[in-house]
Amino acid sequence: MSNESKPDLSRRQFLGGAAAVAGLAVAPGVFLVESASAATGASSKVRWGLLIDTNLCDSGCDACVTACNKEHGLNGHGRPATDAQYIRKVDLKDRKTGATRSLPVMCQHCEHPPCVDVCPTGASMKRPDGIVLVDKHICIGCRYCMMACPYKARSFVHEDLTDQLPHTPRGKGTVESCNLCVHRIDRGDGTTACVEACNRDGGSAMVFGDLNDPNSEISRRLAEFGSAAIRADFKLNPGVRYRGI
Amino acid sequence: MKAKVQFLEVSGKGGYIGLLGGLAALLVIGLLSAYYMEHHGHHVTGMTNQIVWGMPHVFAIFLIVAASGALNVASIASVFGKQVYKPLAPLSALLSMALLMGGLAVLVLDLGRPDRLIVAMTYYNFKSIFAWNIFLYTGFLGIVLVYLWFMLEKRMNRYSHYAGFTAFIWRLILTTGTGSIFGFLVAREAYNAAILAPLFIVMSFSLGLAVFLLVLMAAYRWTERPLGDLVMRRLKNLLGVFIGAVLYFVAVYHVTNLYATRLHGAEAFILLNGGIYTFLFWFVQILIGSVLPLILLFHPTLGRSRSIIGTACVLVILGGLAQLYVIIIGGQAWPLNLFPGYEISSSFYDGVVASYRPTLPEFLLGIGGAALAMLIVALGVRFLRLLPASLADERVDPHAAKAAAAEPEAAAAQA
Repeated sequence: MSNESKPDLSRRQFLGGAAAVAGLAVAPGVFLVESASAATGASSKVRWGLLIDTNLCDSGCDACVTACNKEHGLNGHGRPATDAQYIRKVDLKDRKTGATRSLPVMCQHCEHPPCVDVCPTGASMKRPDGIVLVDKHICIGCRYCMMACPYKARSFVHEDLTDQLPHTPRGKGTVESCNLCVHRIDRGDGTTACVEACNRDGGSAMVFGDLNDPNSEISRRLAEFGSAAIRADFKLNPGVRYRGI
Repeated sequence: MKAKVQFLEVSGKGGYIGLLGGLAALLVIGLLSAYYMEHHGHHVTGMTNQIVWGMPHVFAIFLIVAASGALNVASIASVFGKQVYKPLAPLSALLSMALLMGGLAVLVLDLGRPDRLIVAMTYYNFKSIFAWNIFLYTGFLGIVLVYLWFMLEKRMNRYSHYAGFTAFIWRLILTTGTGSIFGFLVAREAYNAAILAPLFIVMSFSLGLAVFLLVLMAAYRWTERPLGDLVMRRLKNLLGVFIGAVLYFVAVYHVTNLYATRLHGAEAFILLNGGIYTFLFWFVQILIGSVLPLILLFHPTLGRSRSIIGTACVLVILGGLAQLYVIIIGGQAWPLNLFPGYEISSSFYDGVVASYRPTLPEFLLGIGGAALAMLIVALGVRFLRLLPASLADERVDPHAAKAAAAEPEAAAAQA
């Protein structure tokens, strides 16, 4: 019996070895997929979003913008046409009535993001929890996503950078945008830099939360007061919603 | 009776070396420009977060569109069975591959990370039209290479019809893909139109033929080989038809947009008050890039002159570059309409017409791509037997030559 089991064992060893080699061969791919979902803990059970009440947003206030720039190390080079902006304050004036509004615009984290559709390499991606972001490792810098985004939410890194922050990888020649402070979410902070700053220094116009949880503050407010999406006619179902527009 | 066409490589003496040297120098300058742009980053170009595709894309898309059109001469011979065009087919195939390689080189060298070309070849998002295009472009090169081989290799000649047919279908799909890069952009008012795909196809017909005619005339003049009026008359009449077709599609595109009130702002920007874009559209694209060449090509006496035909081709190319500039840059310069009905302002150029000033390196990179294409053609005709020794009328088609001598208009109608 023992003689018979020997070949089995060696075959088993061989198969085991072959499996190990095969595993090593596909491992990088598997780990890439892993890091995109499991390692970050992104779950399709949640959908992160923002609600911005433009009635509470003051035209002169840019606390959210300042906080975002600080959080992500967006120092700029003093060249507004090419410097990155993840979030910007937009002032509106109704052409008929003259009524004014002020609101922050950033990546709208669409359910059906055009940037993800057009990206040739899949660098533009949507996490299961609804966050749309760029994988800086496989972005080739073609800028097609910038052509496709209806919200002008993306920036291209036009020159060399120094002193990048570890949690916001950035590099010359790649495209970037608001990532909903994904490092904070994965850390469990439960808020973003812009929302935190708006509550502290601004008009408390912004709420961050899980759109899928009916008991979250953002969901309760959306249910009670309703909301609007920018260019809702595109039917992209953005995760960033507004009141008062 | 069918005239036997003899193909011969061109001589490598005299001006040929000078031509190679000149093209190589332009190519090196283009590469240095690309290096300069990549080393410093795109802020040294005119491109910004508002105008994300600039002059390199105008050149790259011109070359890619012209590439598919340059194959038409071969397609007319092998797909539509016109014998007169058959001697021109090998040059047509070589030119189309060369133009595509030149265009792709510019496109790749303008990427933010051209060093990641391997990423573009290994990671695919199949919903992206760009990803489809990677297959369409590489597939085109492969198919046309096989087609060229079938034409040059006597034993494979009988299959060249099938290869030519495949290449023809493929090139139609390819240009559809190029036009759809813009046609699929739903949020930009100047794009988001299915007609952009057929518009790009007819543009490829006219631009590709204009480039082909210039290359043909230059090759035959510089090698002192005979080039008969029969071939030239057909080709220049065909170019005229293509110019008219482009005008038709441009008119339909704008009339359709003008019918939609929501697009009136974007249309007025191009047609009335867009400054450089309005000038390029009416003066360069329409007047000197379309109407003037039509007059020159169909003029009863001027249309017979080689230098006039050459001038018309140059004008068509200038008009095509202007057209692509208006489409690509003008389409981005007109701001996205985030809040219809509102006046918009921000620190990120919302609601304002974006400005773009192309820089020298962008031009030089584009010209380098064109030089690469011409270098490939020059080397191809030197080392392969692609150019007929003679395209004199009696060599091309003795019967048609006689008929043409008797009645020039009849031959023109056949083309």
